[in-house]
Amino acid sequence: MGEYGYFEHDADIGITGTGKTVEEAFEAAAKALFSIQCDLSEVRPLHTINIDFSEDDFEYALVTWLNRLVFEAQSRKMAFSEFSLKRNGENWHGEAIGQHWSDSMTRGGEVKGATLTGLSVKQEGKEWAARCIVDV
Amino acid sequence: MNINLLKMVSPYSWEADGALLYGSAPLIAEMDEKVLEQITNVAKLPGLVGRAMTMPDAHWGYGFPIGGVAAFDAEEGGIISAGGVGFDISCGIRCLRANLGWDDIQPVAKQLADSLYRSIPAGVGEEGRIRLGVDELDEVMMRGAQWAVDSGYGTALDLDYVEETGKMKGAEPECVSLHAKHRQLGEMGTLGSGNHYLEIQVVDEIFDETAAQAFGLRTGKIVVSIHCGSRGLGHQIGTDYLLLLAKAAGRLGIRLPDRELACAPILSPEGKQYIGAMNSAINIALANRQILAHLAREAFSKILPGSRLETLFDVSHNTCKLEQHSVGGRERLLHIHRKGATRAFPPHHPELPERYREAGQPVIIGGSMGTGSYILAGNPGNPAFASASHGAGRAMSRTRAAKRWNGRALIDELAARGILIKTRSMRGAAEEAPGAYKDVDRVVLDTENANLARRVAHLSPRICIKG
Repeated sequence: MGEYGYFEHDADIGITGTGKTVEEAFEAAAKALFSIQCDLSEVRPLHTINIDFSEDDFEYALVTWLNRLVFEAQSRKMAFSEFSLKRNGENWHGEAIGQHWSDSMTRGGEVKGATLTGLSVKQEGKEWAARCIVDV
Repeated sequence: MNINLLKMVSPYSWEADGALLYGSAPLIAEMDEKVLEQITNVAKLPGLVGRAMTMPDAHWGYGFPIGGVAAFDAEEGGIISAGGVGFDISCGIRCLRANLGWDDIQPVAKQLADSLYRSIPAGVGEEGRIRLGVDELDEVMMRGAQWAVDSGYGTALDLDYVEETGKMKGAEPECVSLHAKHRQLGEMGTLGSGNHYLEIQVVDEIFDETAAQAFGLRTGKIVVSIHCGSRGLGHQIGTDYLLLLAKAAGRLGIRLPDRELACAPILSPEGKQYIGAMNSAINIALANRQILAHLAREAFSKILPGSRLETLFDVSHNTCKLEQHSVGGRERLLHIHRKGATRAFPPHHPELPERYREAGQPVIIGGSMGTGSYILAGNPGNPAFASASHGAGRAMSRTRAAKRWNGRALIDELAARGILIKTRSMRGAAEEAPGAYKDVDRVVLDTENANLARRVAHLSPRICIKG
């Protein structure tokens, strides 16, 4: 299970995800992103959305993964709280689980997209760390 | 920022490595070092004309700093940059002047706030009442606020006071991805979140009587300001093209000082596609603010029958536009990137409505929800390709602000000062705390002292609808 966190940026928000694998780090980064928008503990796992993409560069893959999640959430008016991601070469398959927004859910800030700023995906010792700045 | 790294050009402008930073020494010193790093990187991009500049409200962004201005000549290999416009393409402010004073509103302020809050969809996850199909959306992308007026949102008179008379030329919906279109289907007439707002403000100080008269501003009168942009469609275009242009840079022969400056030559296929998509998003933003102005009028008339809200001006601050400017005594057509910077045309500019020809273009600088905003006017001799500041500018990150302030307590504190905040997001309120922003008075004074624009009126917040 990866861990997520944040780093400083003047106008927007820096997000981080760490894990034993690059996939786990990306899943944690997704949690960091959706924690900006909602309270993850309030989101019920009612619907699963599949996400597939191809990308051979890990850094661009992180931005693509996060932006696909933002697209799926916004176009479906959903909040996600659980994520899984698998990689086979440059092909990635992910799942995002969550529910449509309801009036009782806590609202945070809307994330417009993940940027190339502060972007890095690195293996540090036994751990992978993924980070970038998201525009809010 | 270490001010010793800069050469003082005047008390309000500073030079470094092809960049020019506007603002007094204290404001410049408070800026993050990243602002200097980002703007000097912009100065290295191909086809730059003059210097890359920052406005007094500049802060660290992605690609360009927010408050960044840069002009490029297509004929000299100049570039267009998605990071020089931002994700929220054509984010801007629609300002409406009311035929009401605060005395008229005060007795019904709470009812009016509730009415506006019900009428204006705001915040993450909220959907608008208008649901469009992809074909209709293509029409909005082509016709902007003119589509909104023809669809019953507002009047043709509004369009005289909207940039480009409400319709940006050069939109090419076929350059917009299906993902971007799908993100927008339920988003027309929504405010968004973050620093977006609808605010009822009172004119409490006039600095330039003649311009104030032209703008229809009088002390004690009400102004409604709506701050938002091109919503999901613009965000997705930013997403799509940031990655596309970053990957294409090598093939296009552009050496980027930083890949976040993802750009393409204006005349390249990729550059032309981005411009077609960006112009489409500008029209979405213009239509969106036109719809929101209509919804605000409806909410007002329910509580205050006989109220009238006329468009004072609608100005965007995240764009790249083709404009004619005089450089070294020669008239040139240039692509002016303004990322978190407001266009500020001088008096007698041909694109100004007749009513503002003598005064200059209204320049709307939005402050925080606790401190106030300003209306300025464009000046002759503006040294920054007719550009000025766009807001107070953040002084503190959102994460720090969210830790430092409690949203509920902040809303109560502002209520005690006579400022009514309506929001679903307590975290959002904390992030937008007035203390997280620079001193807007000083930003505006520096804007005036640098001859970027001149002060016309100060507006005090009374009711604020936040996402």
